[in-house]
Amino acid sequence: MIENSGQSEPDATTGPVLAFHNVSIAFDGPPVLEDVTFSVAPGETRILLGPAGVGKSVLLKLANGLLRPDQGSVELFGEEIASLPEEQLFPLRTRTGMVFQEGALFDSLTVRDNVAFQLIQERVPDEEIDRRVRDALSFVELEETFDLYPASLSGGMRRRVAIARAFIRQPELLLYDSPTGGLDPLTSTTIIELIVKERDVYHTPSLLVTHRIQDAILLCTHRFDPAHGHMIPLPQGETDAGTTFLMLEEGRLIFDGSLHELVKSTNPFVREFLL
Amino acid sequence: MAIIMIEKHAKNLILTVQDYSIFSWRAFMNLFRPPIYWPEFLVQADIIGVGSLSIVVLSGLSTGGVLALQSAATLSAFGATAITGQFVSLTMIRELGPVLTGVMVSGRNASSMASELGSMVVTEQIDAMRALGVDPMRKLVTPRIFATIAMLFFLTIVANACGIAGGGLVTVFMNHQDGVQYFSKAWEALRYPDIIQGLVKPLFFGYILSSIGCFYGMRTTGGTEGVGRSTIQAVVWASVLIIFVDFLLTQVLLTFFPPL
Repeated sequence: MIENSGQSEPDATTGPVLAFHNVSIAFDGPPVLEDVTFSVAPGETRILLGPAGVGKSVLLKLANGLLRPDQGSVELFGEEIASLPEEQLFPLRTRTGMVFQEGALFDSLTVRDNVAFQLIQERVPDEEIDRRVRDALSFVELEETFDLYPASLSGGMRRRVAIARAFIRQPELLLYDSPTGGLDPLTSTTIIELIVKERDVYHTPSLLVTHRIQDAILLCTHRFDPAHGHMIPLPQGETDAGTTFLMLEEGRLIFDGSLHELVKSTNPFVREFLL
Repeated sequence: MAIIMIEKHAKNLILTVQDYSIFSWRAFMNLFRPPIYWPEFLVQADIIGVGSLSIVVLSGLSTGGVLALQSAATLSAFGATAITGQFVSLTMIRELGPVLTGVMVSGRNASSMASELGSMVVTEQIDAMRALGVDPMRKLVTPRIFATIAMLFFLTIVANACGIAGGGLVTVFMNHQDGVQYFSKAWEALRYPDIIQGLVKPLFFGYILSSIGCFYGMRTTGGTEGVGRSTIQAVVWASVLIIFVDFLLTQVLLTFFPPL
């Protein structure tokens, strides 16, 4: 049974950016996801929690059509994508930005060409590409990596470059696949700060997958302070209203609501996860 | 138990053939539909064509030399060593040039395509490309196939020339025969149908080795171990298919161009 606060109801005027309706998928075995229904409204940040192996990354790949559900439907920007041919999915995907678990940078390309990958395909003039790449790298505070290859970057730097690549075209939806997975606490905080900055500066709706509850709480209880250029905590007891939570247990969505509802949840799996 | 295993393997084989058919059809149709990524084509043409030149030259020279050595020994029994040039040139141009070049290039490039694309799959670079709105089939697979077909055609010509030259060197310096006679026989024996046969084959072999290399690369699963497995399968299947298709093609081409 899903606990649902109703906070994630889509904006009545514009509709959800992303909506899953009774989505199920399996790979040669028991279902990885079963009957999953939720939506992401404009300006909303949804954090999908769950331990490793519950289908979080699969869900994220269903969101932009990298995988197709066995049952149910996925609506991206109001279009049903589950049955859309691959060719028609490419233009829709260019409106989204995705940050992969390990960055998934193209190791034969420089940081500049990685970040500018979409712009290069669109034959944007070189001068404009350089300017926009420098802006994007400045956002993630990695201007000095412009000419470097991914092999010479640390794990945290790769994630930051991946974030720059994801939002260089100002996408209408951002998908983060465990952006802090495998990173040390200090680097994780840097990545979360970038996500908070992106959320509060550009208000791009996003779906973030993580198994780290501390990152999720940090995201929800902090805001970006443009005056000082860093993340600061919200007043005691306040949370970001646009940041809500989902939780998966063995492929089923068992929670959908705010941080307050999450910490007050009586579901034994949620309780155990929060401990 | 054994029957279940046979059934499972048979189903896997049929599924692989079906997947390959769909994959190679899509790749083939992409050759004629824009966008065609010309810069990627040129890069691949350099890697496949220029990069394979040394092994093709060496294998061509050696094969021509071996043919001259072996044929001279046999032909001398009939007092027909004068036709060594004819034997070497016809064998190289009609059969060994295209097949050897195909097998050599598949050993080098089908493996590199499978491992490169396989590594991209397991590190999610292929998914990242799709997520960025670019079709990996068009961006990665089609330029490789296009470049391999074009380059294998020219590499086969180089292998043929080197093979005839290698045969000539052996004929003159080891068999102590007349070089002018060797080359004039090699030239006189050639007819246009022989050349057409020899130049049609690399078009098919180039398509086979590149599509197999890309196919196994793009369906890699199971991390770095899976990349190794894909590489082996790509080289084995590309080489076997080249030899098998050579047999079929020779049958068909001999129907169109019967021997005199």
